[in-house]
Amino acid sequence: MPKPLTARLSTLKDKIEGYANEFGLDFFDQVFEVLSYDEINMVASYGGFPKRYPHWRFGMDYDRLSKGYEFGLSKIYEMVINNDPCYAYLLESNAEVDQKTVMAHVYGHNDFFKNNFSFEHTNRKMVDEMANHATRVRRFIDRFGLEKVESFIDCCLSVENLIDQHSPFIKRRSSPMEKESREAEREKTGGRSEVPRLKVERSYMDGYINPDNFLDSQRERIEKEQDQERCFPEQPERDVLLFLLDHAPLERWERDVLSLVREEAYYFAPQGQTKILNEGWASYWHSKIMTERAVEDHDIIDYATAHAGVVSTAGGQLNPYKLGIELLRDIEERWNKGCFGKEFDECDDMTARRCWDQGLGLGREKIFEVRRLYNDVTFIDTFLTPEFCVDQKFFVYEFKEKGNRWEIVDKQFKAVKNKLLSMLTNFGQPIIEVVDGNYKNRGELLLSHRHEGVDLKRDYALDTLQNLCMIWRRPVHIHTRSDDKGLLLSFDGEEHSEKHVEEP
Amino acid sequence: MSLTIKQDHRRFKQIVRGKIKKNLRKYISHGEMLGRKGKDIVTIPLPQIDIPRFKFGPKSQGGVGQGDGEVGDVIGHGDEQPGEGQAGKDPGEHVLEVDVTLEELAKIMGEELELPNIEPKGKKSIESVKTRYSGIHTTGPESLRHFRRTYKEALKRSIASGNYNPKNPIIIPIREDKRYRSWKETRLPESNALIILMMDVSGSMGDEQKELVRIESFWIDTWLRSQYKGIETRYIIHDAVAREVDRETFFHTRESGGTMISSAYKVCKEIIEADYDPSSWNIYPFHFSDGDNWSSDDSRMCTELLREYLLPWSNLFCYGQVESPYGSGQFLKDLKESFSGEEKLVWSEIPDREGIYQSIKDFLGKGK
Repeated sequence: MPKPLTARLSTLKDKIEGYANEFGLDFFDQVFEVLSYDEINMVASYGGFPKRYPHWRFGMDYDRLSKGYEFGLSKIYEMVINNDPCYAYLLESNAEVDQKTVMAHVYGHNDFFKNNFSFEHTNRKMVDEMANHATRVRRFIDRFGLEKVESFIDCCLSVENLIDQHSPFIKRRSSPMEKESREAEREKTGGRSEVPRLKVERSYMDGYINPDNFLDSQRERIEKEQDQERCFPEQPERDVLLFLLDHAPLERWERDVLSLVREEAYYFAPQGQTKILNEGWASYWHSKIMTERAVEDHDIIDYATAHAGVVSTAGGQLNPYKLGIELLRDIEERWNKGCFGKEFDECDDMTARRCWDQGLGLGREKIFEVRRLYNDVTFIDTFLTPEFCVDQKFFVYEFKEKGNRWEIVDKQFKAVKNKLLSMLTNFGQPIIEVVDGNYKNRGELLLSHRHEGVDLKRDYALDTLQNLCMIWRRPVHIHTRSDDKGLLLSFDGEEHSEKHVEEP
Repeated sequence: MSLTIKQDHRRFKQIVRGKIKKNLRKYISHGEMLGRKGKDIVTIPLPQIDIPRFKFGPKSQGGVGQGDGEVGDVIGHGDEQPGEGQAGKDPGEHVLEVDVTLEELAKIMGEELELPNIEPKGKKSIESVKTRYSGIHTTGPESLRHFRRTYKEALKRSIASGNYNPKNPIIIPIREDKRYRSWKETRLPESNALIILMMDVSGSMGDEQKELVRIESFWIDTWLRSQYKGIETRYIIHDAVAREVDRETFFHTRESGGTMISSAYKVCKEIIEADYDPSSWNIYPFHFSDGDNWSSDDSRMCTELLREYLLPWSNLFCYGQVESPYGSGQFLKDLKESFSGEEKLVWSEIPDREGIYQSIKDFLGKGK
């Protein structure tokens, strides 16, 4: 059970909070809880929450974490959840300097959760919500049996990543009301809606402003739209989970389970979208707070060790903490010196660029703006510079069949940036949408993979179809491409089949 | 207080066990001698429980890394994608190396074969002392000085006291800085068990037969080890004469000649008499043969030895008869005739690899 902060930790918290305020961080109320190592492993397995619904995969994570801890391979330093108030956990056995670092880091995250736009639509009472989910699922298990509920959760998790991460910000479909009124309108005009004409003040101009070919193209567009409306779904639907919720023949409890899996997926999505920026931001602040305020003489070595561990890039790995903090510092420096804008961009003299300094001092302000308005994709897209890329020794690697090994293939700025962006887009997941919920007019489900050069992992795709079929209860298909040929993978409830077709 | 995660953890283990359980037959019959080097840990490949999703094939993807290196440098081989978890080679089967200690393995085997736990005789308990270096002390002999920890302490002190000069970073540890490795003693009560493995290596026992014996003895050994803290194993091979050998020889010798089983039983008797007092040791003799004894006289002698000495001394005497193209299998018939109804004598026939599974169950299923 979480213990209240000791008097000492409480003092530390007040101090660090004071520094965070002093630097202008803006955060939710912060609650720290002290946990023993197996409790913190549990909470970590639960994705940071004290309570989750029963599922073996949490046990699997717990197994890995606790073995890692027991064999001295890994230790969880910090954990923090996006909630109001913001909860964070401290490992009981950590040294004081670690606790200070963690606290400083946590205030960074807290500020980020509160201010970054990606989190705007997340549920800030998620701790309660997760506990509710747990209760609901437990009730289903009591009523329908563990096997049954667990198997269904497994199926839901199999499609958990098929959400539309932008949907909280965009209105994708018209509400039933609007649709109704549109249809009523059409009925009035006898099934054909009038082609809207541009407004003409003098009637003799009509032929010029609304020429026949313009009217024809408008008519065509409207007809197409009407056809579209007869499609099901009208537009390809990125939020596959929502489509399943609305249209799959599920029992009540199943619908409820699916909806809570979807809700949790949406809750966690922004954290996936801002991993680099969020960790970079928190690391920036723990570093700032510790080195400029909180660290004491006897702490310095332990602090340096801990920090070095956080930002290490051993083994050629890309470390989001490192990338984030370095890029933020780079931005701060560039805006302090004025290394941006037309004049700077057009300067070809490398020496001049390196020595550029207009003494603007806008750095701090700029990074606060970045933390508010950017996610990983836009962060990298906007601020990655060739100089930074060279300084950080980035490279692109690929698998070479010949020699059966991974090789560095490129160190050019453009290649690195493209690869980074493609890794981050849609969390590095394939983009998949529902294109037809009544495929072949037989109530079958057709998904489409928007192929962007990388094939799906075939065996996984087949198993996923099988799970999807458990939810849809009718044959399911996915259209993708493999080796540059169109490919339709199907599962009819009994067996898999595939055929090469360009268009489904 | 128990954590709610324990339920999930148990559930996961059950699922994993389920996987091992199904594969257990395979393990036994495929005879994977699992690595027993170092501390008693074996590595079992096991399908990873991964929820299938629509995702990209890993190899067509590549990624971005950070660090030294030029175009063309190799940063990883085969299935290890740099900076990511390992992926299996075959589609469909993701292999995750799960470390299972022998103890866990024995438990799994026990569950699968429904083996009862053994009640040790427990007449006498011997305590053994184990020492391990596990901690740090501020005092100790110089030979155990922990250099890194000492240096760290000294560094901390000199920085805190302001003596540290980054331009001339000389650190001199004083007595208070020094750290030493320290050890802990743990005492383990023990009940003792002796396994005597006897194998017929006469001309009629081929490599295949010996392989069967080898696999079966490994699993028997594993199980008994999970039941007793202190366990000793002695090995006897015999054709017309018997002799005690070491483990290596036991599993690898091929001799030829006739078969006199009594010779082995005699050596077995001598070993027990010399080193193991039956009143304080749990004794498990195992004998494997193709059942082709030299003469019926000799078989009679075996019966006597068993009745007079070996059976009264043992918790369980197990006779395993492997099928061989040359053996007559007569010995088993003789035993059945003389000892029907004798609880301490267990026999089992091992026709092929699949038979090992049943045979272990026969031997150890009684919980003695």
